[in-house]
Amino acid sequence: MATKSICFYFQVHQPDRLRQYRFFDIGNDYNYCDDFTNKVIMRRVAQKCYLPVNALLLDMIKKNSKKFKVAFSISGVAVDQFKRYAPEVLDSFKALAATGCVEFLAETYAHSLASVANEAEFKQQVKDHSKLIESTFGVKPVTFRNTELIYSDAIGATVASMGYTTMLTEGAKHILGWKSPNFVYTNAINPRLRLLLKNSAMSDDIAFRFSNRSWDGWPLTAEKYAGWVDSALQNEDTLNLFMDYETFGEHQSAESGIFDFLKALPAALLAKGFTFNTPAEVAKMHQPVAPLHVPDPISWADEERDLSAWLGNELQNEAFHKVYALGNKVKRTKNEDLINTYRMLQESDHFYYMCTKFFSDGAVHSYFNPYDTPYEAFINYMNVLSDFELRVDACLKNNNKK
Amino acid sequence: MFGWEFPPHISGGLGTACYGMTKGLAHNDVDVLFVMPSASGDEDQSDISIINASDVETADTLMSIDEFLGKVEFLRVGSNIMPYVDPEDYTKLTSEERLMQTEEFKYHFHNKYKFSGKYGKNLMEEVVRYSMVGGTLALQNNFDVIHAHDWLTYLAGIAAKRVSGKPLVIHVHATEYDRTGENVNTQVYAIEQMGMREADKVITVSDWTRNIVINKYGIDPEKVVTVHNAVDFSNRETLVAKRGVPEKTVTFLGRITFQKGPEYFIEAAYKVLQKNDNVRFVMAGSGDLLNRSIRRVAQLGIADKFHFTGFLRGADVQKMFALSDVYVMPSVSEPFGISPLEAMQSNVPTIISKQSGVAEVLKYAIKVDFWDIDGLADAIYGLVTYPAIAKMAGEKGYDEVNSLKWDHAAAKIKDVYQAAMNLK
Repeated sequence: MATKSICFYFQVHQPDRLRQYRFFDIGNDYNYCDDFTNKVIMRRVAQKCYLPVNALLLDMIKKNSKKFKVAFSISGVAVDQFKRYAPEVLDSFKALAATGCVEFLAETYAHSLASVANEAEFKQQVKDHSKLIESTFGVKPVTFRNTELIYSDAIGATVASMGYTTMLTEGAKHILGWKSPNFVYTNAINPRLRLLLKNSAMSDDIAFRFSNRSWDGWPLTAEKYAGWVDSALQNEDTLNLFMDYETFGEHQSAESGIFDFLKALPAALLAKGFTFNTPAEVAKMHQPVAPLHVPDPISWADEERDLSAWLGNELQNEAFHKVYALGNKVKRTKNEDLINTYRMLQESDHFYYMCTKFFSDGAVHSYFNPYDTPYEAFINYMNVLSDFELRVDACLKNNNKK
Repeated sequence: MFGWEFPPHISGGLGTACYGMTKGLAHNDVDVLFVMPSASGDEDQSDISIINASDVETADTLMSIDEFLGKVEFLRVGSNIMPYVDPEDYTKLTSEERLMQTEEFKYHFHNKYKFSGKYGKNLMEEVVRYSMVGGTLALQNNFDVIHAHDWLTYLAGIAAKRVSGKPLVIHVHATEYDRTGENVNTQVYAIEQMGMREADKVITVSDWTRNIVINKYGIDPEKVVTVHNAVDFSNRETLVAKRGVPEKTVTFLGRITFQKGPEYFIEAAYKVLQKNDNVRFVMAGSGDLLNRSIRRVAQLGIADKFHFTGFLRGADVQKMFALSDVYVMPSVSEPFGISPLEAMQSNVPTIISKQSGVAEVLKYAIKVDFWDIDGLADAIYGLVTYPAIAKMAGEKGYDEVNSLKWDHAAAKIKDVYQAAMNLK
């Protein structure tokens, strides 16, 4: 039997939530972030997820004599938050890196939507993130994953031109049609870029349905899941299980048994002859079956699997256009502080909070949202952006005087 | 005097007006017993006495329930319209209902009712209960005239009049037509009209409102007297706020509702921003058109120059005026409109709609039709671009607004009281 791969990739990201920033603060106060909330949430998720699951994964890698492998994509802003609020988490990721069984992926530094806004800004953020990951974990990323798995033919071509050979995206039904996500595909413009597609159904069995008692798959055991994998990969090459890392311990609580499930999974799958591979390995091991045509951007979010969670209404579009219109001005300041703040303002989460799709995916949206309404999110963001623009203008004026 | 709110806990201009008016009346040697549904105890009682309706046990031993109900029969809430019954059944059914209501009233008799004093879901119930308190208080106190402010208190005023036989003056600060345009709530309209008909004199806060009372409610013009509101700035300290933005600031401050014309402000802002980038717009307040306004601003692509503050209270309102270079009140229908006066008192040049009562007393405010977006944009542009006109409007407006004294207005109200008493 040819090798059949199981490919785990976990997303690690924490946004910089803004504090309540009022009109009266514009021009008077440039502290934008709610440091307290950010710290509290980071500490909480570190205790419930990052620290225990990192320890668990380290243990699993050792116990299965390095046959268990995973990949992480950690946003630059999350790394910055670890440094600030939970340095021990960063140490535990370094310990995982040292096993050689963990691949770290490249993404945009600020978990931003730059790929659909501005190519130069996008490339710069990817470079900066790559540098950060290399300096932190000692390995230069070769696989790319874009914010929220956003992908299109054009984005893929840009990523390929930067030297990446593999990219992850969503196995969106409206793109695949009858095709299976369980093969390696290539970019439609540059066939050297290999694409790994998320198997949504089997990823969501773990990420969303695991603790749902009204789901007919409940309770999910490692053996049951291995059986499903077996039938899914009868004639196919790879099963790509992509999910938020916070699935373990945060979205699915420890009491749901998710840790025990994870712990038992390697043995159950290895027993059936599957191998665990990182994305870079999967892309090398398996022959691509076809180019994948994605003219319009897709993502892993919501039922639509498109950009509508971030750019779906007039509030989001206005905020998005206004922030990216500042790009050149910010660059000209050559002011590191302003450039960093500009990155923070690009975090996709700010736009996510302005989403008005309350009905179908509202539960997930409100879970992640610090604001009561999308309108408040918009007002607050625009106030911050207005102050930021004033500071940029003032800095440029100063530069001109010198 | 029956009111619904009184500073410091207020949600609109009514409480502020009542405060200034009662002070002015005190200076004109009128003793005021001010009744409100829910007093907090921190109200300024230096010139008046406040009765908290929530502390009053309804009705009194002086009168039997049936006698009391006989005089204030409108308190019997319930529908008398019953289709498809013959007259005999009708009489039977209505008398049953009467009995039931008497029983129900007995239950509330000698009970205190905890009013919220807000404008919530049980508003109608509170209005009716408040009128029971009104009737009760009329039996317990000595007074010459009953004065009731706006429809929420008209029933209380009527109850007091029927029980005591004293003359009733109702004071119209706003009508249902101002609040909702043509889509009036008929229940509110009916109460308003009943109050106006039952009153011996009707005071309106402007000729704009007087016309509505006469034309839309069909009230005898003889009975309706305009007494323009005034303002009391005696306790106000000049507030210095630190300016954060270099641009000129143009402010809308009020409830973001149909009545206040927020959309005209937004459209005018868009026009001004096409010509002059050195200006920011602020919409301060909250209301049912807030979200729509935010969406419109986003659609127009001016959200980096157009800010929303949400509802402002106390010192923040002062701060907002202190930070403003132009104040705009584009109301579609405004019985009076106190906020432009507050702006002018802060030296802020002011633009008001011609459809506002305050336009009748101000010479040094720029007046435009609420629907005239071009005119409004012109006026804003002029005030933010040409310092000379802004300076003049600011200074003259300040003098003008300081000449509007509650003592003068209260003297006119006292005359109305006298006239109402002479009718008897």
